Amino acid sequence: MNLTLHVWRQKNAADKGKMVRYEAKNINPDMSFLEMLDVVNEDLITRGEEPITFEHDCREGICGSCGFVINGTPHGPQRGTTVCQLHMRHFSDGDVLYLEPWRAKAFPVIKDLVVDRSAFDRIISAGGYVSVSTGSAPDGNAIPVPKQAADLSMDAAACIGCGACVASCPNASASLFTAAKISHLGLLPQGQPERLNRAEAMVAQMNEELFGSCTNIGECEAVCPKGIKLEVIARMNRDFIKASFVGRDEVEVAGAG
Amino acid sequence: MQLDSKLPSGPIELAWDKTRFEMKLVNPANKRKHNLIVVGSGLAGASAAASLGELGYNVQCFCFQDSPRRAHSIAAQGGINAAKNYQNDGDSIYRLFYDTVKGGDFRAREANVYRLAQISVNIIDQCVAQGVPFAREYGGLLSNRSFGGAQVSRTFYARGQTGQQLLLGAYQALERQVHAGKVKMFPRTEMLDLVVIDGRARGIVARDLVTGKIQSYAADAVLLATGGYGNVFYLSTNAKGSNATAIWRAYKRGAAFGNPCFTQIHPTCIPVSGDYQSKLTLMSESLRNDGRIWVPKKAGDKRPPNQIPEAERDYYLERRYPSFGNLVPRDVASRNAKAVCDEGRGVGETGLGVYLDFGEAISRLGKHTIAERYGNLFEMYNRITGEDPYQVPMRIYPAIHYTMGGLWVDYNLMTTVPGLFALGEANFSDHGANRLGASALMQGLSDGYFVIPYTIGNYIASNKIEKLDTSHPAFGQVESEVQSRIKKLLEVKGQRTVASFHRDLGKIMWELCGMARNAAGLEEAIGKIICLRDEFQHGVKVTGSGEELNQQLENAGRVSDFLELGELMCRDALHRNESCGGHFREEYQTPDGEALRDDEHFSYVAAWEYAGPDKLPVLNKEPLEFNYVHPSQRSYK
Repeated sequence: MNLTLHVWRQKNAADKGKMVRYEAKNINPDMSFLEMLDVVNEDLITRGEEPITFEHDCREGICGSCGFVINGTPHGPQRGTTVCQLHMRHFSDGDVLYLEPWRAKAFPVIKDLVVDRSAFDRIISAGGYVSVSTGSAPDGNAIPVPKQAADLSMDAAACIGCGACVASCPNASASLFTAAKISHLGLLPQGQPERLNRAEAMVAQMNEELFGSCTNIGECEAVCPKGIKLEVIARMNRDFIKASFVGRDEVEVAGAG
Repeated sequence: MQLDSKLPSGPIELAWDKTRFEMKLVNPANKRKHNLIVVGSGLAGASAAASLGELGYNVQCFCFQDSPRRAHSIAAQGGINAAKNYQNDGDSIYRLFYDTVKGGDFRAREANVYRLAQISVNIIDQCVAQGVPFAREYGGLLSNRSFGGAQVSRTFYARGQTGQQLLLGAYQALERQVHAGKVKMFPRTEMLDLVVIDGRARGIVARDLVTGKIQSYAADAVLLATGGYGNVFYLSTNAKGSNATAIWRAYKRGAAFGNPCFTQIHPTCIPVSGDYQSKLTLMSESLRNDGRIWVPKKAGDKRPPNQIPEAERDYYLERRYPSFGNLVPRDVASRNAKAVCDEGRGVGETGLGVYLDFGEAISRLGKHTIAERYGNLFEMYNRITGEDPYQVPMRIYPAIHYTMGGLWVDYNLMTTVPGLFALGEANFSDHGANRLGASALMQGLSDGYFVIPYTIGNYIASNKIEKLDTSHPAFGQVESEVQSRIKKLLEVKGQRTVASFHRDLGKIMWELCGMARNAAGLEEAIGKIICLRDEFQHGVKVTGSGEELNQQLENAGRVSDFLELGELMCRDALHRNESCGGHFREEYQTPDGEALRDDEHFSYVAAWEYAGPDKLPVLNKEPLEFNYVHPSQRSYK
């Protein structure tokens, strides 16, 4: 099949950027979307033109590197799928596709379809963990975890940090991403001691990174390649609100020494 | 070159305890005076960086991806082994040790493997405490599944995303140290060379992948946790960016390379569908717990699978290996798949595939149970192939998956360059000639969480390491070498793309140094690689400049190193006149086609030493001793 692509080309962060038209010819329906772009790029290189830069690594839909907007939808038309796992059999001969990077203040464009998502790392760094240093863990079976809690926790932990949720949100909110981590840890007994502090710290960092607020639109859930549910945001809000009522700075213990 | 493996003496059960006790310690107040570099942020790198940060060292951690969470450990599906014996089915540390030594076809060090088995139980505890959502039974306790090469259930898992969950655990521990200011993270930064001063590894030269800036970083020790080199084959289950540059540069600076020809071919991958194919996708080995592997009995039988009656199907693994059946180790399963396809009994359009059939399991357990166990894998298969494995059997074929070879390290994980350590898949240490399923995650985390924190301390406390920074002239020297390599690549301005060379190299390696090898083929491969390398140097076309984000340039550097490493792999395969594990030399097989080892002549680790450009590498041998598990022909019948 033959396709027409309009691709966002931007040399670097300072460049203004523009859409450029390319023809993708003789595309095999069994190719993945990224393999289709590989073929387009090979052709561009051979003609001495700069290939399209896009982020990718595992090409199995798990590393979270890839992702751009296809005709207005992050990761394209197939639900529950990253672009690396989106196959050309879902398109038809003659389709015209517009490819753009994630657009959000907190995700500045680096080049073409590549954006800077380091804000996500900083949100995790603010509190997205259980503080347990190597060597200090009790036996793995010492604390039973109800199967349902483990399953729900795993549902949230499946987040790959691709950023599609932010790209799809009219407010460019990172709530689904942040709440997925808060839910993953907050649903497990191991995550309880730091649960409220975690929610407070991560939400604060999310705001500092200039992500927008959540207004329960649900676009994020619709485009999430891992099916993370909106309910994680409810859990985050509950923990955050509770933290703002009962949370307090570390208690000073007088005369401990 | 002197190879001192520093193996502990005395009973193997006490060896690691004894070693730990004998190691020198660094005073807590002094740890912050030492800088360490960790390259790579997968299971081994992230767990090491986090643990060393917790101890108080100043750590600088580098990865080429945009975030440490993207390292390819994330793609591991099936699980992680640990000798917990929670199932009361006869497992023990000794049995995990025994299975691993045997699974590795007696080409691994006993002491290393024993330590790995001991530490396995601590890993599970650590990960559970971090909040890794392992699968649970209804009573709330940890669940286990079986894996190839074992007759006990000792594999812990988190659906089909165990690697992801373990990596996120390590990544979160790492980010906690970033927050604490003990680890500084350098994402989108690729190590391009090692700096050795007065015989010790003292830093690296790296390229900022966004600005193209070449910069030096100094430290008291350098840890490489950069993964394996399976992408030599172009098509593999590795991520597109996985590369050998860090370990190859270390090799050229004096670190011996151990057993480069030991590569693992994973039996259950989705078959190749066309020339455009950019990578291969693994279907977890755990599928072999419930899936049955078969091909038609008749060669050239092109009927769809549901029209082939039971009596005309050959469940060849169950037939040939009744006691392990579909759960034979990976090398055995892969070789048998190749054999039936060579007989013309392969399935699918290309004839390079075998069926993995869940029909019987679905009727026995119900679709719901199968979906619960493998749902995400079935979805992934469906997305890629457009076929529904609940209705028609999966088609699978072996693909390059893991490299047992890697930088030679002693018991303390130090390479032959003092101060340079290698962890995880980047080293050669624990898997011998074949790795058992669910053991890579175990080894990566064992090295990072529980081995290196001790051995680094011992290195620092036992050596007087002079203070220096990047103003030392050695850094400038290496920087200019790196600059000139980049300049050279950009100046060729040839006709062919980097990827086209990579594909050609992959083809040579897969056909002549892949699942089955022979002397004539390996000689031919070496000749072809040398020609291809020459063609690359004069004909590669790299667009753009060095002062920007340039994926072509990144890739050109990696492929240029693969073109050298491929030759070393062939030389190693050629010299090893025996078959063992993943290394199957056609000249050396038993009458019924099993690998034929030659313990008298080849019971050693081949540690190759770089001798200079245009010189043949020098072979050094570390003899292997087996005092506990007596080498025998592996039998899974």
